[in-house]
Amino acid sequence: MTISEQLSTAFPSAVLKTHSFRDETTITIQAASLRDICFHLKEKSAFNYLIDISSVDHFGEEPRFEVVYELYSMAHGIHLRLKTTVSEDACEIATVSDLWPTADWHEREAYDMMGIRFLKHPDLRRILMWEGYPFHPLRKDFPLEGKHSEMPGVAFSEPAPLAGGPFVTVPTDGTTQVREPRARHAGDLTRLEKTSSEP
Amino acid sequence: MPLGLILKKSSCRRAEGKYLQPMSTTISPVAYDAKIEGNVIFTKVDAAINWMRSNSLWPMPMGLACCAIELMAASSARFDISRFGAEVMRFSPRQADVMIVAGTVTYKMALVVKRIWDQMPEPKWCIAMGACASSGGMYRSYAVLQGIDRLIPVDVYISGCPPRPEALLDGLMKLQNKIMGEQALADQKRELFESI
Repeated sequence: MTISEQLSTAFPSAVLKTHSFRDETTITIQAASLRDICFHLKEKSAFNYLIDISSVDHFGEEPRFEVVYELYSMAHGIHLRLKTTVSEDACEIATVSDLWPTADWHEREAYDMMGIRFLKHPDLRRILMWEGYPFHPLRKDFPLEGKHSEMPGVAFSEPAPLAGGPFVTVPTDGTTQVREPRARHAGDLTRLEKTSSEP
Repeated sequence: MPLGLILKKSSCRRAEGKYLQPMSTTISPVAYDAKIEGNVIFTKVDAAINWMRSNSLWPMPMGLACCAIELMAASSARFDISRFGAEVMRFSPRQADVMIVAGTVTYKMALVVKRIWDQMPEPKWCIAMGACASSGGMYRSYAVLQGIDRLIPVDVYISGCPPRPEALLDGLMKLQNKIMGEQALADQKRELFESI
């Protein structure tokens, strides 16, 4: 019985989708059951190692954010990926830092960069930017060059001069000259919006 | 350090960048005393102070990125920064004269750099080593301060990504030349200077 089958029988309503690709199992679950499932995985299935927590911004879609948990079982040598979604309005999800202490800093990073709050997190402060910085820089609608902010006596930030940049590479099978990084305007979100309005 | 220094108000106005002058060239025979000959050198206070300061710069190595590797190379055997009197890397800002900002200054780290700079006693100088410390370099992004000169005054900028140790040594010599031209006494001991 695979781990996805185990979870599907234990949490029939919470498991939305299971997907397997090259021995990597990905399970999409409901955010409300995240803690129950994580507790089950840790205590019953020996997933004692939380490798990473990452967050994805599907800008223009609803629900906007996705939180991804990478788990590993030392005992069985199995890798498991949990995915769940967070809406932009609520923008919060339960913490798992009491189950895996390493989640503490991962969740702080997701909070800092993406603005997702983790409920009952013991110490939900920013981890990379400073306390009081008003933005969440890894959101898709945040410009690469940054925004102006000011905390008198503490810190400030100014937009970086991009000079026509950022210099980005687009995937292509052209020659080296075509492939080399070229300046594209950072604030240009038209391409993003076009793709996000597609079904 | 010579035993005696003659203070002259007029001579303190401007350091001419000259090193200590032996008494035989300029001083009248009145000052000659065979017992202390060889132990007394007449010079200008600024010149003496600047000479001592510039040849004994204690760096605060603010290594933040790959430039710090070149900074380490500059202090190792092949390049040997001690030839210029700056080998005493002090990891305590209280004992440092020159802060070498070597690397990318992120906004997060900028707060720390500023704090350490404020902890350094006067007189102090700053070398911005490499493109990132000078201007943000290739990091045109929300996370990186676009040049450490937005927070602290910089005396010498060194180009390069990263600069070679020779470039750092050249920057250090530029800073030494700059220090030799300073009005050390007039700037920092104004009250004492005026009472003389």
